[in-house]
Amino acid sequence: MFTETLELGKLADPAEFREKLNIAGEDPTLLKEELRMMTLIRKAEEKIGDMINEGQIQCPCHLTIGQEAIAAGVARHLRKTDRAFGTHRSHGHYLAPGNSVHGLFAEILGKATGCSKGMGGSMHLYGGESGFVGSVPIVAGTVSMAVGGGLAAKMDNKQENGKNSWDVGVTYFGDGAAEEGSVHESLNFASVFKIPVLFVCENNLFSSHLHINYRQSNDLVSRFAMAHNVNYRVVDGNDVVAVAKATKELLDVARAGEGPGFLEVVTYRWRGHVGPREDIDVGLKRGEELQHWKLRDPIKRLFEALEAEGHMSEKDFAALNEDVATEVNKAWEQAEKDPYPETSQLLTAVYATPKGGH
Amino acid sequence: MTQYTYGTALREGFRHLLANHKDVFAIGQGLWSPWYVGSSMKDLDKEFGKDRVIDTPVSEAATTGLAAGSGLCNYRPIVIHPRMDFMVLAADPMVNQAAKWSHMLGGQAHPAVTIRGIINRGGQQGAQHSQALHSWYAHIPGLKVVMPATVADARDLLIASTLCDDPVLFIDDRWLYDQTDELPDSKDVSLHDIKPQVLREGSEITLVGAGHATLLNLKAAEMLKQGGLDAEVIDLRVINPLEYDTVVESVKKTGRLLVTDGSWETCGLAGEIIAGATERVPLNHFKCNPVRMSLPHAPAPTSGPLEEVYYYNEEDIVQRVHDMMNGRVKAKGPSSFEMTL
Repeated sequence: MFTETLELGKLADPAEFREKLNIAGEDPTLLKEELRMMTLIRKAEEKIGDMINEGQIQCPCHLTIGQEAIAAGVARHLRKTDRAFGTHRSHGHYLAPGNSVHGLFAEILGKATGCSKGMGGSMHLYGGESGFVGSVPIVAGTVSMAVGGGLAAKMDNKQENGKNSWDVGVTYFGDGAAEEGSVHESLNFASVFKIPVLFVCENNLFSSHLHINYRQSNDLVSRFAMAHNVNYRVVDGNDVVAVAKATKELLDVARAGEGPGFLEVVTYRWRGHVGPREDIDVGLKRGEELQHWKLRDPIKRLFEALEAEGHMSEKDFAALNEDVATEVNKAWEQAEKDPYPETSQLLTAVYATPKGGH
Repeated sequence: MTQYTYGTALREGFRHLLANHKDVFAIGQGLWSPWYVGSSMKDLDKEFGKDRVIDTPVSEAATTGLAAGSGLCNYRPIVIHPRMDFMVLAADPMVNQAAKWSHMLGGQAHPAVTIRGIINRGGQQGAQHSQALHSWYAHIPGLKVVMPATVADARDLLIASTLCDDPVLFIDDRWLYDQTDELPDSKDVSLHDIKPQVLREGSEITLVGAGHATLLNLKAAEMLKQGGLDAEVIDLRVINPLEYDTVVESVKKTGRLLVTDGSWETCGLAGEIIAGATERVPLNHFKCNPVRMSLPHAPAPTSGPLEEVYYYNEEDIVQRVHDMMNGRVKAKGPSSFEMTL
């Protein structure tokens, strides 16, 4: 419905989509789990923000607060055998498929117990057992790699009841990455070879400090999917139900071997490009917009829907928040106590083969 | 024993891998065409299917990136860049991604990808169709770089690179393709076992090179032999990570070191070998200053007479060896732009 103008229209208008979610026909148990996950992502990142402010964290952290529904909604339909690749802003993508918050904190602190053994920090996260192959900060760097994960899955040719039931590659990237050439190469390749891969474009309207209106001719990134004959959906990225529904529609096609999908999820990050500040003094538009976007809160809107349908009370939500806060604080305390890597790891991890020898 | 050229030995390496390892596939531009990669991949698509020998759009970056991604997901892709110049477009997936994933994810993720970059020069092709960029890539921790010089290594190093769990840049040179040799049946080879090798023993000077430089060194050594001079020829084979033992032992014996390289001098392989050797060989072993031979500090020309001067040959190496033997090598001046044609 937004395609004719190639513009996001009201999806990019913070005055829209503030009401509670439409959860008709949804499984309330699943939604409560997703509410908990989104709360965990937010509270973990609030903790990270606080610890940066206290000087406990030195490594650069890009926070996803405000965008939690995307990771939670996409993860609903992913398998542990799928191959998801992330970006510099991937704490949520890492946590959503079930990776530990302690592993995240320890990694950010450079501890041996971190999810990347203390070698990666916030921007290089590993969660291979969960299907999260890894995240890296080179913008668009993992987009083609996820196509490779999809090509591998196509070659695996998983079958169920005599039909294709392929695993998929998943690449999370932002609207800024869509300005990189390899994204277009990747879309073209995936389309021509019918690669089972889901391109998840988190369009938060900003690349670092610069609004999309100053970087692209139109704010609808899906126009590039159209150009390459890739199936696409454009949804409110702050609506976990809409994200999950669109994900499923695209993945059903991809798993059947009928081609890749492009999911454009429109959202807004509440914090700056990097670090805990809100950065309302950075760049154009942001100062006036942020307060409005906070009213399109993905967590609040889901809770209000669950409350309206009688699945959850204010008291339940308070208890959930307290429970998550306890989990987060315990994980942080443990990570703080954990040891740093042995210095020998500086050299032993360079190659798969021991000592870098032949 | 079967007779191979360097080109058909490469093809035999691909055949062995595709026939015996289901996780191997080849991908790159021109793989279904007879033009791009010559005898080295002829009809592999017909023998193993177009799903495992994949011709691609003109997308070096994405093709290399997706191969690195497949290499993280239980496959062993070989990406082919028919000209190394175009491989520069794939620098991000090679340098930032494949080379880094193991280290930055704590040794838990290994992109088992082989990137084949072909040096394809001469014939007045000029600056963007002639580069030998091996030294650039050998600078990067995490990216192994191999340069087969012989017919046997064309096949066996391709097999070893592909079966290695680390990302490997495999560089072959079209100027090597016409060499012939007889080889035993192919078998799996481990890159662990590949070290620099002495291709020809000698006592008076050590000639070191990799890839096509090794072929020139062998030809020069043969000419020197005619003149009664006994040169040892060492083929490096793997230029990252570098192993110095073979070179060091040889220089201790001969006291003279000449390193030839098919690329430029500044921050290049030849300088690296000389530095590594002088750090390891006691100075009193050296009978003269080590010498390197490389290309003039200029892009490759197209004009025939200029091209002829640009690339040195085995006779130039012989001349330089005689200069070293006769104490005619002078200390260089201060500028790296000073060139000897």
